[in-house]
Amino acid sequence: MALLSGLLFGVGLTLGGMTQPKVVLGFLNVFGHWNPRLVLVMGGAVLTTAIGYRWVGKKRKPLLAEAFHWPTRKDIEWRLLGGAALFGMGWGMAGYCPGPALVSIGGGQPDLWAFVVAMAGGWWLAAQWSGSTDVRREREEQHDE
Amino acid sequence: MSPWIQSLSGGVLIGLSAVLLLATLGRIAGISGIAGGLVTGAHDRAWRLAFVLGLVLAGGVLWLLTGRSGIGSPQVSLPWMLAAGLLVGVGTRLGSGCTSGHGVCGIARLSRVSVMATVVFMLTGILTVYMMRHVWVVGL
Repeated sequence: MALLSGLLFGVGLTLGGMTQPKVVLGFLNVFGHWNPRLVLVMGGAVLTTAIGYRWVGKKRKPLLAEAFHWPTRKDIEWRLLGGAALFGMGWGMAGYCPGPALVSIGGGQPDLWAFVVAMAGGWWLAAQWSGSTDVRREREEQHDE
Repeated sequence: MSPWIQSLSGGVLIGLSAVLLLATLGRIAGISGIAGGLVTGAHDRAWRLAFVLGLVLAGGVLWLLTGRSGIGSPQVSLPWMLAAGLLVGVGTRLGSGCTSGHGVCGIARLSRVSVMATVVFMLTGILTVYMMRHVWVVGL
């Protein structure tokens, strides 16, 4: 099911135009020749998810697992906003966010591999920085579930 | 198919995938969280690997179905790709999500945290594109 979801997600991203950095950068280029096409990807995805989540949320548990893993974060703090700011900078620099980058390594271009390795390095680095308290919190959450 | 309809149907497919993942495995379709768990020591690797494999195979499947993979080419040189990858990795980890987890799933749940995060990364993304085109003028 995870494989099928990943496949569906990847096909959606690709059809939507997210795997073409030219389109993505054109979308972020609001002060130049703005290409609003990706508004429809986002809109279609948010609307479908909102309807589907509402329906799934009424169920007691998922079909193949013991419990729903809803995100628990409610606090907006500097780490979250700073992280989002850095992510946006990287996104605007090359035109790839994580999903489309992973889909694009399927195209076999070496520069995409470089991007994905750097991204994985960034995940690892940030996990080291954010320290043991965070890891402990996550472990406790896993136990709670 | 017009690019507009293509984009809309792409969005709907992304939404269906997110709903499928929640309905079956109870998980949120946040790519940075799912794939990030593979390098930060999550214990449940199997479903994460399967999901990432699905993403990587998507271009090939589209190519088999339509004759076109839909995968574009990088627009910046290797050093920029490396810097951008690092920023995306660090940023999505510290920020607890990316375009999918915050931008799609989070907004669909009307999460205040996700709306804020999405506004912030959209703004810095727009600002960066502006800087790259008008200030540093990298080969775009």
